[in-house]
Amino acid sequence: MTTAAAARRVVLVGNPNTGKTAIFNALTGLSQRVANYPGVTVEKKVGRMRGGFEVVDLPGTYSLAAHSPDEAIAVRVLLGEQQGEPRPDVAVVVADASSLKRSLYLVTQVVEVGVPVVVALNMLDIAARAGISVDVARLRAEIGVPVVPMVASRGTGVRDLIDAISASLDQAPPEPRFRWPVRFEQILDELVASFGGSRVLLTRALVDACGAAEADLEATHGPAFATALRDARLRVGTNGSTPAALEARVRYGWIDSVVAACQEARPVRRSITNRLDALLTHRVHGTLIFVGIMGAMFLSVFEWAAPIMDLISGAFDRLGALIAGALSGTALARGPLESLLVDGVVAGVGSVLTFLPQIVLLFLFIAILEECGYMARTAFLMDRVMRFCGLSGHSFIPMLSSFACAVPGVMAARTIANARERLVTIAVAPLMSCSARIPVYTIMAAAFIPPAMIAGFLPLQGLVFGAMYAVGVLVAIPVAYLLKRTVRKGPPPTFVMVLPPYKVPSTRNVFMRVYERARAFVRQAGTIILAMSVLVWALGYFPRPASISRGAAGARAEARASLSGETLAARLGEIDRREAGENLRESALGKMGRVVEPVVRPLGWDWRIGMATIAAFPAREVIVSTLGVIYDLGEGTSAVARETALASRLRAATWPDGRRVFDVPVALSIMVFFALCCQCGSTVATIKREANSWRWAAFVFGYMTVLAYVAALVTYQAGRAIAG
Amino acid sequence: MRLSECRPGEGGRITKVSGGGPSVQRLMEMGVVEGADVRVVGVAPLGDPIEVTLHNFLLSLRRSEADNVEVAP
Repeated sequence: MTTAAAARRVVLVGNPNTGKTAIFNALTGLSQRVANYPGVTVEKKVGRMRGGFEVVDLPGTYSLAAHSPDEAIAVRVLLGEQQGEPRPDVAVVVADASSLKRSLYLVTQVVEVGVPVVVALNMLDIAARAGISVDVARLRAEIGVPVVPMVASRGTGVRDLIDAISASLDQAPPEPRFRWPVRFEQILDELVASFGGSRVLLTRALVDACGAAEADLEATHGPAFATALRDARLRVGTNGSTPAALEARVRYGWIDSVVAACQEARPVRRSITNRLDALLTHRVHGTLIFVGIMGAMFLSVFEWAAPIMDLISGAFDRLGALIAGALSGTALARGPLESLLVDGVVAGVGSVLTFLPQIVLLFLFIAILEECGYMARTAFLMDRVMRFCGLSGHSFIPMLSSFACAVPGVMAARTIANARERLVTIAVAPLMSCSARIPVYTIMAAAFIPPAMIAGFLPLQGLVFGAMYAVGVLVAIPVAYLLKRTVRKGPPPTFVMVLPPYKVPSTRNVFMRVYERARAFVRQAGTIILAMSVLVWALGYFPRPASISRGAAGARAEARASLSGETLAARLGEIDRREAGENLRESALGKMGRVVEPVVRPLGWDWRIGMATIAAFPAREVIVSTLGVIYDLGEGTSAVARETALASRLRAATWPDGRRVFDVPVALSIMVFFALCCQCGSTVATIKREANSWRWAAFVFGYMTVLAYVAALVTYQAGRAIAG
Repeated sequence: MRLSECRPGEGGRITKVSGGGPSVQRLMEMGVVEGADVRVVGVAPLGDPIEVTLHNFLLSLRRSEADNVEVAP
């Protein structure tokens, strides 16, 4: 046996918001790693604790009755049924002392699994404030497993928990004190005799209608199992009640007697949480505060991140110039390698890292809202509103995040338990106008929308900006509505959700959440955008007809002979930019632009816009720099100067017959296209990963592209009709 | 009366939980079982979902889910 296989394994199970993550962090420190279970998008968190134990933090669950993928994984890992996951040596159940009954429900289920169990009785401080005291020795005697009193947020009890885990190793599993009715046990015995396997898994299949255990076992045993199960359920459920109702009734019956023996509750004033909720979930004040918090969060994500983003993109511009400078005078100067490094790699990495400050800030706000308990309230407040488009309150935060960037938005959809709702949320989240669309809107609005005021105080350019944001939202509503009705069936969504008590967020937990998500973003978005940037670079670089460089060399020689000083430098710069423009026009990308011209013509676009749009498919903001090159502006100047110059160049662009290419309808059609199109390689890759399906990623990409084309067509043709 | 008909501040002892399916099972696992005391705390802006308290914690559920729960004041 290898040493890795010999590592002892501890799993942490517990209800969400019981401090399970705080305990995991306290046990493992920074040794933790986050991965995914194969084939699903459930996070696997593993760390090492003192003594060489491997600790696995399972997804939070209220019961072993698994309906969502997260719960199914938690149950399979606990039972040792998940492929590649050894059976645990000890199960630690994190229980919330302030909601002892609800926590004990899961404890009674885990005790039946047949591995040594330790109960970490956490949140004793919150329980004390609610007037609840627990007789720990008595509780231990009643349930028959070790109980460790803890306040994990302050680190109290961590040492005792480690000792209890060590002491439980190699002990016989506890004898369950809770007993099922005899009749239930008999029926279960028959199922075990016929099909074998884990008794707990068969219990779950028998009790949980439409649950994960039923689906797993039916896949293994075939239709014979389905028939046996249907028959067994009918025999279990007496006088019309379901097996699930039976389980809840008998377990809570037993729990009531345990809690009566070991818990004392004295009446206290209304808790802080109840008083806060009277304000924060109130129909009027609650809504106002909610709008205030979301607005402040959104504005600060944009405001605070902007200077850092400028700094980063400036640094990458300088890095590119530095590389070009280092290579100048060598054989590599102006060669393909320099271009690959500067325009492919540095620009690609830069375009990912430029968005990082904004994404980290967004993750920070989300982590704080999650940690303090407000996140669940946003779902509560927005549920009815989101239901207009067939979603639920759980979809609100993924949608809001997508206004900064669709990648964290799609990642945030993980918390949605219902698979169908998660897929629909993922499909419409990229329709929200993300910050990468801003440069496109800015350049088009600056160039073609007159800086007029409507009614004396509403800036027209601002209104057009707002309209682009609205287009995404308005389109998302019918799309979500239609998808919700057509996407594969599944269990109907439920909105039964615990609203956790409010608490002051722990800096450590907030930091860990932000760090994990930011790392996932950089790794995922980084690799994809880099690869795509290099691809687009290659398409725009090759082939390079020798005639162009010969012509430019001739022009340079002529300039050097006849000019000097500043006029020479200006002339040389102009020749460089013209050469770059000609090369791009002759490149594979340029040819693709001309091939698609008939397709984009009805949108009012010429082949140059078509080409720039193709180049922008991996990352939409690229259109600005591509348009810059194709209009012979080069790339080296400052962002502001570049935008002003590009705006005037775009206004001057003409068709071969001398008509202007751009006018208001064309600009609007480009803006609408960019508002709706899925031009983001990392979003597509994230969707693939989160939905665990290339087909879904391809579908989202496809429907958004078609929608963008049709909407741009309508915009242009309508604009033409109005403008004449 | 049904839990869905209770106004904020109202509630009582649960007398019956009817219906099946995952959402009713989830309710029961949370402790919404016969004999438990439950009280409505608040209502979301458009009248749905509702927030209730039981066993010293807060739970949100839709009116359609609360329809399955009968309470006696």
